[in-house]
Amino acid sequence: MSDQETGKGRSSLGPFHIITGLILLFGVFLTVYRFTQGLGPMTNLSHEYPWGLWIGFDLLCGVALAAGGFVTTAACYIFGLKKYHIAVRPAVLTAMLGYLLVVIALTYDVGRPWRLPYPFVVQSGTTSVLFEVALCVMIYLLTLIAEYSQVAFEWLRMSVARSMVMKVILFLTVLGVILSTMHQSSLGALYLIAPSKMHPLWYSAYIPVYFFVSSIVAGLSMVIVEMSLARRFMRRKMDEAHERGYEDVVLGFGKAAAFVLAGYVSLKVLGLAVENDWGYLVTGFGGLFLIELLGFFALPAYVFAVAARERRVGLVKWTALWAVLGIVLNRINVSLIAYNWNLSVGEHYFPGWMEFGLTIFIVTLGLVLYRYCVTRMPVLYEHPEYTDTH
Amino acid sequence: MHRRKFLGLLGSAGVGTIAASTAQAAGGKQFEGYPDSFSVLFDSTECIGCRKCEQACNEVNNLDEPEKPFDDKTVLEKKRRTTSDAYTVVNKYEVPGKSEPVYRKIQCNHCMEPACASACFVGAFRKTEMGAVTYDPSVCVGCRYCMIACPFHIPAYEYDKVIEPRVMKCTMCYETRLIKGELPACVEACPKEALLFGKREQLLRLARRKLQTYPESYVQHIYGEEEMGGTNWLYISGTSFENLGMNTDLGNTPAPQYTSGALKLVPGVVALWPLLLGGIYAVSRRKDKIAEQERQESVEQAVAETKEQAKKELEEFKEKAERDKKKEVEKAAQKAREEAQAERKDEEGGSDE
Ligand code: SF4
Ligand code: SF4
Ligand code: SF4
Repeated sequence: MSDQETGKGRSSLGPFHIITGLILLFGVFLTVYRFTQGLGPMTNLSHEYPWGLWIGFDLLCGVALAAGGFVTTAACYIFGLKKYHIAVRPAVLTAMLGYLLVVIALTYDVGRPWRLPYPFVVQSGTTSVLFEVALCVMIYLLTLIAEYSQVAFEWLRMSVARSMVMKVILFLTVLGVILSTMHQSSLGALYLIAPSKMHPLWYSAYIPVYFFVSSIVAGLSMVIVEMSLARRFMRRKMDEAHERGYEDVVLGFGKAAAFVLAGYVSLKVLGLAVENDWGYLVTGFGGLFLIELLGFFALPAYVFAVAARERRVGLVKWTALWAVLGIVLNRINVSLIAYNWNLSVGEHYFPGWMEFGLTIFIVTLGLVLYRYCVTRMPVLYEHPEYTDTH
Repeated sequence: MHRRKFLGLLGSAGVGTIAASTAQAAGGKQFEGYPDSFSVLFDSTECIGCRKCEQACNEVNNLDEPEKPFDDKTVLEKKRRTTSDAYTVVNKYEVPGKSEPVYRKIQCNHCMEPACASACFVGAFRKTEMGAVTYDPSVCVGCRYCMIACPFHIPAYEYDKVIEPRVMKCTMCYETRLIKGELPACVEACPKEALLFGKREQLLRLARRKLQTYPESYVQHIYGEEEMGGTNWLYISGTSFENLGMNTDLGNTPAPQYTSGALKLVPGVVALWPLLLGGIYAVSRRKDKIAEQERQESVEQAVAETKEQAKKELEEFKEKAERDKKKEVEKAAQKAREEAQAERKDEEGGSDE
């Protein structure tokens, strides 16, 4: 039955196929352009802004929004919250694709991508936060691939390999949580070295903690958003258990997000107090800071709490999207607004159209890969031959 | 003897001694701040904005020729920064209360504990014993984190190169001149005493003497003595350093210290998380187990209860059946008796007829 359906999906060229096809084609052009013309003509990067949209969005937001993987596996396997089991596979898949795309985006961003393994094989700069980030991201991507391989093995009916992965799943989960804790926070720690270039409202000795805690929010919210989208567009691939468990996941994660967001806001306020940055709140940057903190963190925390208590699934979904936007806003603020805030007007950076183009291409690539996996592999449903996933 | 030349000579004499001791230093000696390292002292009261240093630097490093020639002073009207075509630039500053403009030369400050070196994840930068901070393009990945890290906005990137883009910055002429015992090209080209080369200690002493001898001409501060943990390029000035576009809020903490705290936490996370997570896992497993046990117990109880119930019912049923049977028997007996009676009556009646 499902074969028939996918067959139909492939033969009929829906708007999804046409639009994504065009974007992917455009991506090919951008790729050729990048590797024949260089970063100069393609981007608005400068000597003052060595990091632009591809780091601010593709790397920082990409990694944060892929946190659903470690959050969900931890909830299910370590905290033993079995009702979230149905969310594990979609979350691991999105996390794996997310990290894969982060690495792909980096190959466009760095000057000599073929040297990306150098820090591990040629010479290691162990004093660098970036070294830690690179190491963790690399190992974590491998961990996610291992976690996901379970699904692929079911698909390929490789029972022995599958049961081998099942045996180490707890180990992989713990490893994933450790690595995520480290690199999610280290992404914030990247900016610790440049206090003189960062606006004091966003620069803090606690920035690693802020990044880590907000990544949990990002993970929870993204799982909610993804599951809602999957339910909307991939419903034919969902089995009974997913249909039934969906509300539990949305409401449970919404409630958790409310708590973590509240914790995040308190931490931020505490940070303001400890570092005594109140004075900056009345400036223009202060306005932006307040919009971010109150409008995109405190308010969603409240709405999450209300929506989860009143069991309003729809409201939780929209709030999750809102929280995701908050995370994006925060990462962009840190990397592109707070960074170099004291430069004079003409020196500021705004991404070029090809930078936006490449980011859209990368995101589209992620959607296409997700769709490919979900239509073929047992992600949203249990494989009839392997029902012992608990 | 011209003082600059004198210091220059002293410097080159020092180069010999230092070069001789590098072999020793390479033999496992740890970095301790290189007290014998070289420095350049920039004196803004001497600088005339002639851009001779820019020219010398451009030539010695084989950089692209600029659009406007080096003797074109109109270039000075715009504030410039170092780029991939210019390791050093001179800017002009109009200072309130002074009729003459003041100039400042910008280049890598050769920090004693460089942010760029600490930030690079392949260790492409090296703080040499001579004081110069050098860059090795043969390992550079091009992540440009060094540019994020540098508090002085110095490193630039060759964005226009496709195959082998490099980070570009002043090297204190380490390979082109220092190791050959020569002065940095810009120092040699300076027609005034705006640039002096020598041992850092020596130049600090000289700078202090200048500030003491001409207190009315100088701001009483040597920029670079302490900033960001100290730099090997030092500055003295007749006007506040802010007026020369220099950041005076940098503080004295060496850049690597800002991240070392976060990095030190890493082993803690690696060691403690598994314990914590393992603990949580154990608790949740135990919870599961207890729940399972309770479930089982209740099932057993239920089973026991139903068994009891069944037994009771069965007994009741038996009793009832027995009772019914008795009744039935009684009923049958009764019936039989009645029938017998009726028969008798019939017989009696029949005889009456
Ligand atoms: S000034 Fe910048 S580039 Fe030069 S050594 Fe210091 S941190 Fe590195
Ligand atoms: S751009 Fe090169 S030198 Fe700079 S931090 Fe990255 S790898 Fe190191
Ligand atoms: S020391 Fe050498 S590289 Fe540095 S500014 Fe002077 S001439 Fe240029």
